[in-house]
Amino acid sequence: MSNHSLKNVDPADNVMFSHDLPKTPVDAEFLATQEGKIKVSMIALVGCWGCTLSFLDMDERIFTLLDKVTILRSSLTDIKRIPERCVVGFVEGGVASEENIETLEHYRENCDILISVGACAVWGGVPSMRNMLPLSECLDEAYIHSITAVPGVIPIIPNHPDLTKVTTKVYPCHEVVKMDYFIPGCPPDGDAIYKVLDDLVNGRPVDLPTSMNRYD
Amino acid sequence: MIQITIDGKNINARKGDNLVDVALANGVYIPTLCYMKGEPCLGTCRVCSVKVGGTVAAACTVPVSHGMEVVVNEPEITDMRKALVESLFAEGNHNCPSCEKSGRCDLQAVGYEVEMMVSRFEYRFTPRVRDYGSEKILLERDRCIFCQRCVEFVRDEETGKKIFSISRRGANSRIEINEELANKMTEEQVARAVDLCPVGTIVEKKIGFNDPIGKRKFDIKSIRDRALEGAMK
Repeated sequence: MSNHSLKNVDPADNVMFSHDLPKTPVDAEFLATQEGKIKVSMIALVGCWGCTLSFLDMDERIFTLLDKVTILRSSLTDIKRIPERCVVGFVEGGVASEENIETLEHYRENCDILISVGACAVWGGVPSMRNMLPLSECLDEAYIHSITAVPGVIPIIPNHPDLTKVTTKVYPCHEVVKMDYFIPGCPPDGDAIYKVLDDLVNGRPVDLPTSMNRYD
Repeated sequence: MIQITIDGKNINARKGDNLVDVALANGVYIPTLCYMKGEPCLGTCRVCSVKVGGTVAAACTVPVSHGMEVVVNEPEITDMRKALVESLFAEGNHNCPSCEKSGRCDLQAVGYEVEMMVSRFEYRFTPRVRDYGSEKILLERDRCIFCQRCVEFVRDEETGKKIFSISRRGANSRIEINEELANKMTEEQVARAVDLCPVGTIVEKKIGFNDPIGKRKFDIKSIRDRALEGAMK
């Protein structure tokens, strides 16, 4: 294995993290209309994107928020990174690789409020089911003794230096950086996400009532 | 009759009645996991912890007596109960999204009542071996909270022998099932065992996600409302 360090990446190595992906130019006129609005970003670490779909389940209520909010990096916009400091960062998915750690730290440094959305971000969720096994067994199952292995090909565990290193365990986000709020659920309802965002946008203390809090 | 106070409110009660029942009868819900009304107190889960005369005690272990001052809903003790529930979630592998008991699980429902969003304790992810051995019951050890309801309240109908037991000690404790006796259990007895398990450890084979989300036990009515309603009957 290489001694490739993600902390001190040499640009000559041509390594790129997801938050460093090339900035998609945004129309300057449009950007001017977003000045002064509350900037919100979303990122998925190791999850299934179901929480992002729940964000869409806010349906037309998103439009009522857009008077006060602008959505920067997200899977709904075509902006690949946080172009500037955000007020709110939603994080979906748990931490399962060095790149996830880098991305999460980047979000912590660039968001005033960071929110764990969904079971994977809150406690590891489905990906954390591998925590009960040694990592070597998981990699062996995935690459060496995989039932979908291509016949006749010698199986290997990928270890190219440009590939991010998988962490031994899957961690909830708050075990890596401080998270400010939690929205449990697999995925949470759009109602729950809306309630938290609406509270924040309107300067109310965040309050997710028992009727909207569920773990499954 | 005797007089006690709960959160400063004067309450009349019968001497020796269980504090959980007295509180419920007066509209005060105290979460419980191991306590079952009408059955002997186990005092194993401590989730019903309240302050009695300034000291923390498990409410299910307290028979009321004259002049008793009880504090149920005050920030320090509500946070302590929340921490107890969080520690149970961190200690076992409570994967609600993939659990057959989700929506009808007392631990999950109590988690909602104490407004748990995340455990403040590190999740342990302890490996535990499931037991598929008996014909009608799957024993999912990941989820056991060692309340001992099944150990004490489920018995072989002929001999009165215990069907469930706990082996080993401390962090290595594990719930066991006597296959021979378990295979003799009637369908009603299996259903009762599944129902009295406050988590998803005792699961009836071939019956899993039988109620859709939205129509499950605690989707329809919260554990708090069920407890309060039961007390008023």
